[in-house]
Amino acid sequence: MLEDFFTRAVIAGIGLALVTGPLGCFIVWRRMAYFGDTMAHSALLGVALSLVLQVNMTLGVFIIAAAVAGALLLLQRRQTLSTDALLGILSHSALAIGLVVAFLSGIRVDLMGFLFGDILAVSVTDIVVIYLGGLVILAVLAAMWRPLLAATVNAEVAEAEGMRPEVTRIVFMLLLASVIAIAMKIVGVLLITALLIIPAATARRLSATPEQMALISAGVGALAVAGGLFGSLRFDTPSGPSIVVAALALFLISIALPVHLWRARREA
Amino acid sequence: MLVDVAGAGVRRDGRWLVEAVDVTIRKGEIVTLIGPNGSGKSTTAKLVTGVLKPDAGTVARKSGLRIGYVPQKLSIDWTMPLTVRRLMSLTGSYPRAEIDAALAATGVAHLANAEVQHLSGGEFQRALLARAMIRKPDLLVLDEPVQGVDFSGEVALYDLIGKIRDETGCGILLISHDLHVVMAATDTVICLNGHVCCRGTPESVARSPEYLSLFGARAANALAVYQHHHDHTHLPDGRVEEADGRIVDAHEHVHEHDHEGHRHA
Repeated sequence: MLEDFFTRAVIAGIGLALVTGPLGCFIVWRRMAYFGDTMAHSALLGVALSLVLQVNMTLGVFIIAAAVAGALLLLQRRQTLSTDALLGILSHSALAIGLVVAFLSGIRVDLMGFLFGDILAVSVTDIVVIYLGGLVILAVLAAMWRPLLAATVNAEVAEAEGMRPEVTRIVFMLLLASVIAIAMKIVGVLLITALLIIPAATARRLSATPEQMALISAGVGALAVAGGLFGSLRFDTPSGPSIVVAALALFLISIALPVHLWRARREA
Repeated sequence: MLVDVAGAGVRRDGRWLVEAVDVTIRKGEIVTLIGPNGSGKSTTAKLVTGVLKPDAGTVARKSGLRIGYVPQKLSIDWTMPLTVRRLMSLTGSYPRAEIDAALAATGVAHLANAEVQHLSGGEFQRALLARAMIRKPDLLVLDEPVQGVDFSGEVALYDLIGKIRDETGCGILLISHDLHVVMAATDTVICLNGHVCCRGTPESVARSPEYLSLFGARAANALAVYQHHHDHTHLPDGRVEEADGRIVDAHEHVHEHDHEGHRHA
């Protein structure tokens, strides 16, 4: 079954969506969409450096994404520029440096593949990396669910009541860097954030608790991957963007759902 | 002794937010911090909870001190679906019956399944109080717990806070938004203005020259103390149960509280 490239793509994509769904909820709750984008853009620099230094690409992307997150945390403490401006600087310079390094290295790089992903080229090894990595990420997320959620609602309350919001925040950044490293091959650096944010936003109106939203978000993401891939097969469109278009379609449907049903459940 | 803040100061950008602050909270004691905006009330509360570390002086906490905290500001992003019931287990998990009991104790049991974003100011404060209380804390830190609550709601909340202290024996650090009114059950009032400018029982602070000079002419009316004699109960549905057990609509009910303790300006 895994000999078919399309089946491999569906399995890999669904595995990724199951991780980006719950993680994406925190991106939405913490208003970190642009932050996620910045880390994703820095992935291209990770790719270029991995090729030059000949290290494992997933590892290289993880390290660079984590380093950019760390740099942002440090710069934020100095309070010179607004977070917004800092993100803009980091995001685009990381992307640009990545492109320059890739060009200078003289190594032939399939740039389109990294920018928009190439899910149809996923190997069995990639699937193993996605599922093992995904399991670890979800396990860590589940283990720190309560402190992370409490810190998201209010860091002061979490700290006053004996939690360590700074630590959970750093662990969350590392989880985000890992998911970016895993996702880059599949949807590409430009579309990773879409897979984090759109399913979570879709799940919002259908959920009554944060836990429900995380689960529904994972399901919506998986549905978007399957729908997008079948659509790309049917209409011969690029796979990564097709997945995002499918996710957007689901989001629009969730908005159009009759609001009174939602209200009735909410006040039940 | 639950917490002992001794000569503590917090410095930011070369400026002391608070300086040489002494606060001691004992078991079963209610300490109220009052002071103008920017006088360091919230900063002092954060020293007590450990969210801020002192740049001068010391803060000693009883080991294993369990704190319940109601912050001054807590806005929950609309993107997070959060019912009152789920809010209750934010920092710990509790059986359903305990959650219902805590919500009932603060009078918001009927809102258990409502989304927090849809609560009124008073309802939200009560839910936050229930959340802090369910932890069975040794120390409750309440940063302006009556904000956004109307006068009769304020009285009811202060009564509730006094009741929590009486029933659980926890210490309470209360930050009051109102310079002129503090709850009657307060054991110690600490009047802050970047430093401790006076302290004592509500009555003694009200008479102290430092209090009068800090708060000026209006303070000449003296620091009033809530004295509320209970002869009725406000029910969650808005109706009122009179002392004789009659249940009447709110508009049929007349509030009579005595004005011995305070004057309305």
